Amino acid sequence: MSQKSGRVVAVNGNMVSIGFQGNVAMNEVVYVLSKGKRLKSEIIRVKGSEAQAQVYEITKGIRIGDEVEFSEEMLSVELGPGLLGQIYDGLQNPLPEIAEQKGFFLESGVYLRALSRSKRWSFSPQAKPGDILRRGDCIGSVPELHFTHKIMLPFDFFGEWTLADIVPAGEYGVEDAIAHVRDQRGVERELRMMFSWPVKRAVDCYVERLKPKQPMVTKTRIIDTFFPVAKGGTYCIPGPFGAGKTVLQQVTSRNADVDIVILAACGERAGEVVETLKEFPQISDPRTGRSLMERTIIICNTSSMPVASREASVYTAVTIAEYYRQMGLDVLLLADSTSRWAQAMREMSGRLEEIPGEEAFPAYLESLIAGFYERAGLVLLNDGETGSVTIGGAVSPAGGNFEEPVTQATLKVVGAFHGLNRERSDARRYPAIHPLDSWSKYPGMVDAKQVEEARDVLRRGNEVNQMMKVVGEEGTSIEDFVMFLKSEFLDAAYLQQNSFHDVDAATDADRQTYVFAKIHKILHARMFFPDKDAARRWFLQLTAVTKDWNLVLMKSPEFKQLEERLDGMLAEVLENA
Amino acid sequence: MHKVYHRIEQIAGNVITVTASGVANGELAQVVGTLGVSLAQVIRLDKDKVYLQVFAGSRGIATDGQVRFLGHTMDVSFTDALLGRVFNGSGQPRDNGPALDENRIPIGGPSVNPAKRIIPRKMVRTGIPMIDVFNSLVESQKLPIFAAAGEPYNELLARIALQAEVDIIILGGMGLKHDDYLQFRDTLEAHGALSRSILFVHTAADPTVECQMVPDMALAVAEQFALQNKRVLVLLTDMTSFADALKEIAITMEQIPSNRGYPGDLYSQLASRYEKAVDFEGAGSITILAVTTMPGDDVTHPVPDNTGYITEGQFYLRHGRIEPFGSLSRLKQQVNARTREDHRTVMNTMIQLYASFKETLEKQSMGFRMSAWDNKLLKYGARFEKEMMDLSVNIPLEAALDLGWQIMADCFEPEETGIPSKLVASFWPKKTA
Ligand SMILES: Nc1ncnc2c1ncn2[C@@H]1O[C@H](COP(=O)(O)OP(=O)(O)O)[C@@H](O)[C@H]1O
Ligand SMILES: [Mg+2]
Repeated sequence: MSQKSGRVVAVNGNMVSIGFQGNVAMNEVVYVLSKGKRLKSEIIRVKGSEAQAQVYEITKGIRIGDEVEFSEEMLSVELGPGLLGQIYDGLQNPLPEIAEQKGFFLESGVYLRALSRSKRWSFSPQAKPGDILRRGDCIGSVPELHFTHKIMLPFDFFGEWTLADIVPAGEYGVEDAIAHVRDQRGVERELRMMFSWPVKRAVDCYVERLKPKQPMVTKTRIIDTFFPVAKGGTYCIPGPFGAGKTVLQQVTSRNADVDIVILAACGERAGEVVETLKEFPQISDPRTGRSLMERTIIICNTSSMPVASREASVYTAVTIAEYYRQMGLDVLLLADSTSRWAQAMREMSGRLEEIPGEEAFPAYLESLIAGFYERAGLVLLNDGETGSVTIGGAVSPAGGNFEEPVTQATLKVVGAFHGLNRERSDARRYPAIHPLDSWSKYPGMVDAKQVEEARDVLRRGNEVNQMMKVVGEEGTSIEDFVMFLKSEFLDAAYLQQNSFHDVDAATDADRQTYVFAKIHKILHARMFFPDKDAARRWFLQLTAVTKDWNLVLMKSPEFKQLEERLDGMLAEVLENA
Repeated sequence: MHKVYHRIEQIAGNVITVTASGVANGELAQVVGTLGVSLAQVIRLDKDKVYLQVFAGSRGIATDGQVRFLGHTMDVSFTDALLGRVFNGSGQPRDNGPALDENRIPIGGPSVNPAKRIIPRKMVRTGIPMIDVFNSLVESQKLPIFAAAGEPYNELLARIALQAEVDIIILGGMGLKHDDYLQFRDTLEAHGALSRSILFVHTAADPTVECQMVPDMALAVAEQFALQNKRVLVLLTDMTSFADALKEIAITMEQIPSNRGYPGDLYSQLASRYEKAVDFEGAGSITILAVTTMPGDDVTHPVPDNTGYITEGQFYLRHGRIEPFGSLSRLKQQVNARTREDHRTVMNTMIQLYASFKETLEKQSMGFRMSAWDNKLLKYGARFEKEMMDLSVNIPLEAALDLGWQIMADCFEPEETGIPSKLVASFWPKKTA
């Protein structure tokens, strides 16, 4: 260690002040030595010979004068084979291993290595001695579950390096030397399969960023058809409590058409993570036939876990996402909830006695939120392949009011907005994404003109409904009334989707295109009804049949039968019939 | 052995400041004032300045009062002798029983490793259709009752507690009216449940700092029992009083408030208590039923709002009934697929129809002519309110589901309900006429 030394001079909630000698770096990791434990902390402000650190643990028991140890490293994550299928806390401690060693509770000061040191990986070299390498270039690979995990020149190896030697194919551990490289001045460095990267810095080893265009299919109809998300894009799901943010993210994490899903359970319920981590190993991924857990990484820093590591958790998650993106994979990061991350920053800002902005959030909230979503993207890699990180963040606005700092700052930077609405969730119209308020800037897979026409039906149906509240049903023309019924039909039979039904929960791209065409045809049809009651009866029936249709497999005989019934019903009411 | 300090430098609100060394964050001290001895807890350290919040409040504390640090953090005795007893927020007996001092365990301990939790699967039957059918309660759930002042929330809490099959009931009372405390105690006693209950009670007349301790005390004890394989039900009423106690101390400490005076960490503070609800892998469980009174009957008030984001749903008690809208059990889907095959459909359909009824009611109140459909909805809504929502209804889940089918069949044609045809075929009651 260096000649640096420091001692605790103040404790305020989860922040300590440290009197120090020597040099201290911003975001440096330090350890407070308290009652025989080493409590991990991060320097968040330096002023003269005093520095403030956020402690990633409960601060109960810390005393004035407790010694502080300096690591000379920034908060970093370990990158290498073995991340897939893991469940980490916000600082990348493996929770199942902690449970094995320590039992039921998360005692403070327990830190385990993120990557197994005993596991052997079957390494195949790819680069040859003499090859010129840049950071991020692939030197070999190991199979990790069903992925080819590329072993890359660490992202902080700036400049050009020449491969001096590389081991032959064989079994190696993550810390074994597998190669040596030399820079232009002849400085030699050893390479291992594992390296680390500071979480608060975006990984930037790529040729260029491309515009996200290709839809990331979620199999949720209202999203894919109406408010699509592109691979490499960003979107947010704000909504009051109980409106369905978590359920929507859970179904997306199962069904999304990506290679890897990273779930950042950030300051919300532990129970919700437990559902995922117990159920995913049992569910098979239709894309690969392997268990869903094999494509998933969970970063779990739930609401009762230390607040400072909650702040770190979203960065840990996005760094791991970027790492797999560098291998040419499509990665989806789902964060639930970014508001808890913002609140963690607010707590710390308050303890630092910074001048507060709106609702006491720090003034730099907006730029941090923008910086986080900017880490999403579709990139062209050095080897000509592309990789993407898509970020979907849940937002939990106070009082369900979207006019609050976190929602507003997020809306400024994302590419799609899936706004969940209390009236819809109260009426059990799930997923409660508001079909008129929400928007997306990404192209979808269904014909854009037809989608616009369908939205128009929703808009006009809504206008009629508003008008009916004033003039009553009797004051409404039958044409308007049918428009209203059409919009209700579109809502009930297409936009609403039962996330807990085996078939209905996931509608793939082909089925969406097929079914939407049928729905569009119905919406477009000119219909004749003798009176409003007859119209209502017919639409109720039509809705019931279409809902039944949603519940059967596309390749089943019932699918055809029900479709014929729909066609038959439509023929009965066509105006020229 | 522990040093005694005789000079109190600052007294603000219930917080005192002394100059001392070697003190740990969170450590307890004894403070002697003119009105007696009180416990106090270190809440902030700044160089040699130690800030303590005094449990009994700062009233009667003089600048020459005595402060003696105890060398440990807040704890509570954990023994079977707790059963049947009543304590205050400092852990002192409130009944006439002896003080307990053996086997002290710290309160406010670390959180459970999520990897050691299991998915809750056991439904808690209450006999209340609005709960059993529409928002099933599940063992290890954390769930508050949201209510305006004056609603019978404590009665509902007691009724569920007595009906639930649990081994131990722990009541954490915060800001309780003395009468309400006695009512709880007498109800438990009358049903023979007092001997398996423990009461930690802070009443409106007690010092506010003690109010803050109640949930931690109740939950620390609950956790120990759960580790011994017991199914524990913790009742916390009223968590709004707890939040107000937090607000008071935050303002005294000059923290920047985030929303209506509440501190920015209100969410984390509430969460660290509610998240103690757990189903332990290979041991017992803790279920938390709480009360959150809503100032001004406003769910967007910071306390109910933050609570709703933390808990696994809420029962919204309004005009003496559990409202279908606003009420939610987030764990219901863990259990209601395995009760009866029609459970989920009855639940969803009846609520959607009730929502349509509400719209019709609105139209009716504006004087519009009622269509045939509207009249069906009016008939349905009236029966739903009377036979399902009324809190006096006390029937098992299966009977409630049957009743649901009957009400729907009396009011509608099957296809008007949108129920999948398969279920209609097996459950729709045959016309008797
Ligand atoms: N798509 C859905 N289908 C059926 N029920 C849903 C759906 N989305 C939400 N719910 C219901 O609403 C509850 C709350 O949803 P959740 O996603 O936890 O809300 P939030 O995260 O917004 O607070 C769920 O427990 C479930 O009962
Ligand atoms: Mg949620």
